[in-house]
Amino acid sequence: MSICLSGNEAVAYAMKQINPDVMGAFPITPSTEIPEYFAQYVANGEVNTEYVTVESEHSSMSVCIAAEAAGARSVSATSSCGLALMYEMLYVAASNRLPITLACVNRALSGPININNDHSDSMGARDAGWIQIYAENNQEAYDNFIMAMPVGENVRLPVMSCMDGFITSHAVENIELLETDAVRAFVGEYKPENFLLKKENPLAVGPYDISAYYMEHKVQQAEAMKAAKTRILEVAAEFEKLSGRQYGLFEEYQMEDAELAVVLIGSSAGTAKAAVNELREKGVKAGIIKVRVFRPFPGEELAKVLAKTKAVAVMDKSEGFSANGGPLFAETRSALYDLRERPYLIDIVYGLGGRDLKTEDVEKIFARLAEVASTGKTGDVYSHMGQRRRGQDESGL
Amino acid sequence: MIKAKDINEKTPWEDLTPGGEIYEPGTARDFNTGTWRTDTPVFIAEACKHCMLCVPFCPDSAIPVKDGKRLDFDFMHCKGCGICVTVCPFAAIKMVSGGEGA
Repeated sequence: MSICLSGNEAVAYAMKQINPDVMGAFPITPSTEIPEYFAQYVANGEVNTEYVTVESEHSSMSVCIAAEAAGARSVSATSSCGLALMYEMLYVAASNRLPITLACVNRALSGPININNDHSDSMGARDAGWIQIYAENNQEAYDNFIMAMPVGENVRLPVMSCMDGFITSHAVENIELLETDAVRAFVGEYKPENFLLKKENPLAVGPYDISAYYMEHKVQQAEAMKAAKTRILEVAAEFEKLSGRQYGLFEEYQMEDAELAVVLIGSSAGTAKAAVNELREKGVKAGIIKVRVFRPFPGEELAKVLAKTKAVAVMDKSEGFSANGGPLFAETRSALYDLRERPYLIDIVYGLGGRDLKTEDVEKIFARLAEVASTGKTGDVYSHMGQRRRGQDESGL
Repeated sequence: MIKAKDINEKTPWEDLTPGGEIYEPGTARDFNTGTWRTDTPVFIAEACKHCMLCVPFCPDSAIPVKDGKRLDFDFMHCKGCGICVTVCPFAAIKMVSGGEGA
């Protein structure tokens, strides 16, 4: 069924089709519409979900943790400072191995306070032990959310299903919806082996872990995250049979013969693809890698694809303040280290707090890559794009 | 499903439960946490009227009761917090300095 929906409504609709047991609900721009739409489904009796309104995101995540431990499939949605307020509980969810599904509508994290899109919120939580899957558009936001539970519940890790605030969450696009029966069959029932309400054997969740055990439990989490990679691909293959839509750890666009490549995350991929189309017409061998799964990071797979290129620009939509490049750059550069022959690599931090990215900007990046490839000189490896500078144009290049 | 008594500080990570979850109740009974104590309560049996006020106040359920009478402390679980001394109306408990062997 084809229908016009905003990204938020698409995710709320996916939630309705899944019919989770519990939603921990607290509003924050730009994710507010998700619990808002979902409240209507609850009020209309279209779902059986226990809709728990709370006083903060720390509590909405706590509700999900308690419910999931009790044996109930739980969801929530948040953005920016909301995700930051969940910070402690994100770690609790992951370390207690509770496969909660969270819709993260990416927004700049204060300060200065700003409601527009970048990835600083979820990138700040990248080491919390959550699987992170990013959508380019409304269709992917819908599809990723439906694939999240079969992934997370299998490896016992929580999943953050991310989309770009406003750009994706509020823009209305035509998307394909699956039949509700098909979604329910695909997602299945949540059947954990042990849960608090299983009366046959009382369960203790989240006990104090002394030094003699903590390290072992962290290794278990790390192994689960490694296993998640295979599971994500299995679920994607099943999803393709159902929907006809293909998903991997990342998407390769015009990469078969690409000499110059841009690696990025989220909605900017649409802009970058348009730029690549224009450059290809001019004979430039340009390609795009859109990273869909950031946790677990597909390092080996990415290195294999980028090994064939001459110069690569990683585009970070968050500032890690490492003074050494953004988080996507750090991961990508680390992944390329094991290659015998490596492409030149630069990092461009862009789009912070909703700063727009235009096709011309991407073309300028490819022009710089062409120069790097031909001269062998990278110039500033780590730079910012789109900010005003004295005496220079705003491409910052 | 592995039981708490079968887990110890030599168990490899592969055999531990996810997130350290425990599949049975009351496992605190099996662990000697009395070693944390730095002060120790002394039960003065002759002063005790068995009013039972100390029993529900003990945060560690370390005061055993049998046939309506309180017994000496369960030093495997007593942390030496001294709450029992404060609530006892008959001065039948005193604190002494020092842990386990005090």
